Amino acid sequence: MKPIPADVAVLSRPAAHELILSGYWTALGITSIQHEIAAVELTAVRTLTVDAGGIEALDTAGAWLIQSLLTRLRDSGVVATLHGLGTRFQTLLTVVAQKVEAHGPEDAPPSIRRTTAYARLGERTEALLAHAHALLTFVGESAVALAGCVRQPVRFRWRTILYNIRLAGVDALPIVGLLSFMLGVVVAYQGADQLRHYGANIFVVDLVGLSMVREFAPLITAIIVAGRSGSAYAAQIGTMQVTEEIDAMRTLGIAPLEQLVLPKFLALVVALPLLTAFADFLGVLGGMVMARAQLEVGFNEFLERFVKAVSITDYTIGLGKAPVFAAIIALVGCFQGFRTRGGADSVGRQTTRAVVQSIVLVISADGLFSVAFSALRL
Amino acid sequence: MASPTPPPEPVIKISQLSTRFGKHVVHSELDLEVRRAEIFALVGGSGSGKSTLLREMILLHRPDAGSIRVLGVDLDPISAAAALALRLRWGVMFQHGGLFGSLTVAENIALPLREHTELEESLIDGLCAWKLAMSGLKPGVAELYPSALSGGMLKRASLARALALDPELLFLDEPTSGLDPLSADGVDELVRKLRDLFGLTVVIITHDLDLLWQVADRVAVLADGKVQGVGSMAELSREDNPAIRQFFDGPRGRAAHEQADQHAGAR
Repeated sequence: MKPIPADVAVLSRPAAHELILSGYWTALGITSIQHEIAAVELTAVRTLTVDAGGIEALDTAGAWLIQSLLTRLRDSGVVATLHGLGTRFQTLLTVVAQKVEAHGPEDAPPSIRRTTAYARLGERTEALLAHAHALLTFVGESAVALAGCVRQPVRFRWRTILYNIRLAGVDALPIVGLLSFMLGVVVAYQGADQLRHYGANIFVVDLVGLSMVREFAPLITAIIVAGRSGSAYAAQIGTMQVTEEIDAMRTLGIAPLEQLVLPKFLALVVALPLLTAFADFLGVLGGMVMARAQLEVGFNEFLERFVKAVSITDYTIGLGKAPVFAAIIALVGCFQGFRTRGGADSVGRQTTRAVVQSIVLVISADGLFSVAFSALRL
Repeated sequence: MASPTPPPEPVIKISQLSTRFGKHVVHSELDLEVRRAEIFALVGGSGSGKSTLLREMILLHRPDAGSIRVLGVDLDPISAAAALALRLRWGVMFQHGGLFGSLTVAENIALPLREHTELEESLIDGLCAWKLAMSGLKPGVAELYPSALSGGMLKRASLARALALDPELLFLDEPTSGLDPLSADGVDELVRKLRDLFGLTVVIITHDLDLLWQVADRVAVLADGKVQGVGSMAELSREDNPAIRQFFDGPRGRAAHEQADQHAGAR
């Protein structure tokens, strides 16, 4: 007889009608034995003695394996006798036996439903429509809450609004400023070469001024804020949803929309235009620095031309888009937060959705604005 | 199988354990022993350090002084490999379940088996289904995510996961808190059955007086950083120590005592 290696289950078959089980029949020990058990040859055998005297340890996994072997023996008409098993192990095997019998094929999980591409397309579309409907409902509810607060201004939570303006606005100044300055530099730099060709150096002012003030400043600010604040809104509300804080709020008679959504919404509607004005300033400054360095357009010259090139309408158009973008970011962020169900990974998913959807919606809205303004010849 | 001499080594042996959080002393020179195959309960008021003690026993927190031996292994110092080997020998059911929200119940239970063994899928599935049934859950629960479960089901699923690797030692943190009385009775039954069937050693942290009377073989009362008394509930009920008395005086303590007496009478 071979010495038994430590902690491993051993199966040996000295004769056709004799099977010896020994060693450690535990979840960790039976790894190597699983295939041997399955490969026990049963043809041309009528009786089989199973000697389990050498089993040192047995747990449910091991007992399960032994029992499935015994069941297989019985099903193929072999008369099997098991002996030598300790009393404690015997009890375990009996309990497992009842379970193995019960765990028949009818216990198998239902097969996965197969869907066609059309069905999936339909399901996706339906989900998308339902989602859009829910977002619209949320916007409506928020509007009702806002109207309620407007009628009773006492219900506005001024302190929270101011706090949110600081979080979303003041704290975002450095990053918004830096990025818009760099954007101004890039725009002027890219244009410099072309303009120099035609000797139209001074038109760098039109290029930088119009593009920054009308498009780039509002967009870059909205995208930064969506990443900074929209995600924070979704994560905060989502976590509160998971920890039942939202439910607690409702039962305490505090409307979550008034407490959580409106202050964020109003704060962002105030903060985003201010941030955009700041981005306008630094973006144009970036372009101005670049114009002097690359195109010999001095600061005075630049500013003289700037007043002529960029009308007050251009400036208002750019700034006017900001509150709309702010509304989109705040509402989508809060909406996705409220849609959180379950646990941690749901919070992560909803936060991602909040950022992606608000950026998509902001850029789509910007596109619509462009179409509308060109139709209005502004 | 009664082995006469020497007495078997205790499953858990804690000696001279001290824990501090900043200036706050949680345990001061605490001693405790848990014997093999007993159901041992740890009780104490809020802030008495029983949860910290549990965390120290399962290698989640390091005590400031003293030694803990679990299953014959010293917890400090311990190598990473020894810690892993030890972790496979015990199961923990957390108070709030601690189930992974991104996995279904079946995947949660199968996780230790998939991670640490190389068993075949069919065998793992069978074992999972059984552990699920053993914990008193219906097979339909297997495919649900933890967020869809009720509090009682969460605890049962967590227990099933703790049992996945057939541990020798089972830690239960507040197994009946937040359960309706019927489910709590089910837990009593389950804990006893597990001990009888597998010879498990069970360490329970609980406030549930019924659970203490019905299930616990020995109970340790923790207060002021020390073990104030150890013994069966009947033994403890004769003590005069005020820290222990609070579990027996008061309406809930008396009701549980009476009920336990009735149970004993009926048997």
